[in-house]
Amino acid sequence: MAEEIKQVNGSVVPLLLDDIDTDRIIPARYLRCVTFEGLGEHAFKDDREHDSEHPFDHPHYSSASILLTGRNFGCGSSREHAPQSLMRWGIQAIIGESFAEIFFGNCTSLGIPAVCAERAHLDQLHQAVKDNPSQELTLDLHNRQIHFGEISVPCEIPASAHSALTTGQWDFLSQLLSAQEDIQATAEKIPYMSNFSA
Amino acid sequence: MSNFVSEFGRSADPRHATLPCFPYVQAPLKGRSLLQLRINRPEPDAPSVSIGVGLQHPPDDPCSPGTDNSSERHPTMSDRRNLFNKVWDLHEVGTLPSGQPQLFIGQHLIHEVTSPQAFEILREKGLKVLFPERTLATVDHIIPTDNQARPFQDDLAEEMMSAIERNCRDFGITLLNLNDDRQGVVHIVGPEQGITQPGITLVCGDSHTSTHGAFGCIALGIGTSQVAHVLATQSLAMNRPKVRRIEVTGERNPGVFAKDVILHIIRKLGVQGGVGYAYEYAGSVFDEMTMEERMTVCNMSIEGGARCGYVNPDQTTIDYIRGRPFAPQGEAFDRAAQWWLSLASSDDAEFDDHVTIDGAEIEPTVTWGINPGQSVGVTESIPDPEQFHADERTGAEEALQFMGLDPNQPIRGLSIDVAFIGSCTNGRLSDLREAAAVAKGNRVSDGVRALVVPGSQQVRKQAEHEGLDKIFEEAGFEWRAAGCSMCLAMNPDKLVGREISASSSNRNFKGRQGSPTGRTLLMSPAMVAAAAINGCVTDVREMMTPVSV
Repeated sequence: MAEEIKQVNGSVVPLLLDDIDTDRIIPARYLRCVTFEGLGEHAFKDDREHDSEHPFDHPHYSSASILLTGRNFGCGSSREHAPQSLMRWGIQAIIGESFAEIFFGNCTSLGIPAVCAERAHLDQLHQAVKDNPSQELTLDLHNRQIHFGEISVPCEIPASAHSALTTGQWDFLSQLLSAQEDIQATAEKIPYMSNFSA
Repeated sequence: MSNFVSEFGRSADPRHATLPCFPYVQAPLKGRSLLQLRINRPEPDAPSVSIGVGLQHPPDDPCSPGTDNSSERHPTMSDRRNLFNKVWDLHEVGTLPSGQPQLFIGQHLIHEVTSPQAFEILREKGLKVLFPERTLATVDHIIPTDNQARPFQDDLAEEMMSAIERNCRDFGITLLNLNDDRQGVVHIVGPEQGITQPGITLVCGDSHTSTHGAFGCIALGIGTSQVAHVLATQSLAMNRPKVRRIEVTGERNPGVFAKDVILHIIRKLGVQGGVGYAYEYAGSVFDEMTMEERMTVCNMSIEGGARCGYVNPDQTTIDYIRGRPFAPQGEAFDRAAQWWLSLASSDDAEFDDHVTIDGAEIEPTVTWGINPGQSVGVTESIPDPEQFHADERTGAEEALQFMGLDPNQPIRGLSIDVAFIGSCTNGRLSDLREAAAVAKGNRVSDGVRALVVPGSQQVRKQAEHEGLDKIFEEAGFEWRAAGCSMCLAMNPDKLVGREISASSSNRNFKGRQGSPTGRTLLMSPAMVAAAAINGCVTDVREMMTPVSV
């Protein structure tokens, strides 16, 4: 059983942009590796090199553990290196308007809740975080609520991911492994698994 | 079409020809001069919040107004399940304690970039590969396309090569290595070898796995943890997406290629418009396409936000597969073909959503921005961010600034520095033929660096047999070995500085082609060849002899 993730507390790094692709999160040249170790330092590498004010380099946000972002975050390449680099930078939860699906699946299997909130609420949180960067945010995943100072807004996450994370069942490998007999039974009824024998 | 509308209790009244209700789909449709577009949603009520992955009301969501596609709901009589749901139902193992469906995976493809950590997970846990014969490995992403002598000059690339060689050896997996003439880009090799077949579930740690959907299978890109899951259990935890049928009617005009069709679809539906969906591509334009053209379209489903894309199998599909090395042979092939055809969505099949696009209105298309939805027809001008809906304006401004382009500037005539023909999107034989037809007898413009990178050793061999290499080389293109090359620039093929590339690949993201400030214009291979010759974005139709495409 993995850790039950019912709540995440921490300060926030604001990056309220839309359509951030995984090439931007981790450029392809940093995929030349055989482990995920050390990827944290390359998170948003190119963006940071061309923007001295990038939030991932700003001292206000250096200890942040929750990322606040926009629409369609994590689109593009399926590279798990993207959530791995964010996780290794220190991110434990992501709040956005929406997420690309492969990225979302990768986050869930790493135990990183990626929750969706309305844009108006994200704008409100974004401003509040900028005004008070040291303030901690509470992501109450169990109750699907976000609390930041005086602000309390709802968030959403697909029911199955909510269940997997909050009950500590996001280590899918162990669950898949315990269905060996069902896997074999399914294989036997699929025509191509027996080369279409009559 | 009217059948579809009435199925969901709506009249064909044009007042009901609504745009999607969700902001994430709606936004990209605003403020644009759209071609004929109709989207119907079966759900009477839509949530007011765009919740991305969440908003699709997965089957386990108790709040879902619900499209339950399970076979139990559609017993007997004619099977109104679409292909996606027929194939899914056959492969669903059960429901995991966490609530996710467990999906059996018929075919697994791996490559050197997203697999090494997965094998480490297996080693740490003392696990074996459950069906080693159901995984096939190749090398593509980091492969140099000029000097392939080992060890590679790039130590990191060499380390990754050694890792996949060791992992395949240790776990009993067939590897199509550089010394195997079947090696190539994973999404070109699968179909070429007859591994990709209708009705299978196929996964690979690469988002462009959607390519294989051209055969009428469920083909999904996955992350590295999931690669480990499939290696160890031949299955995945995954929620079932909804299915949107995208019908492109009529005929394409000459000079309009498969790449233009998919760029046009993404332009209209947006880069996040497909989130929560599998795309079924249907209609006369897809019926008429070759398998290679269908692969180009399905390849870029992911750029439209869809989980995957597919085309129903038909005689074109069967004719393509027959006789390929991994295809069933003899009587088994006949039985297979019969089964494959039976999987196709019937005329009265049910879908969660439906879009119709008039094929005749598609132009050769070129991207101007930093995502594949930011494109225009080659005769159009770059849009003014002021014309965009507020949701999109910031992104458009950021794109123009990065690209160094002005609003209202014609895209035609824009100078380029590099031309790249290749990738899993457009690195097949027909792509090279189309580009060669444009290049033949011409010369690459002074100052333009032009590369042709075949998608596989087989493509390269066949192209050389047809003399395409000579046409390209005489025109001043470099003729390279097979690999992913400058599509994502993990090998030595990269843009330098602010160079602008005309590219037949799939992504124009910032930094995608190897230089953090490099710029990419996506277009068809024929359009890339035309741009290489003229040194600027060109309407390829002006260079083509008037024959039907």
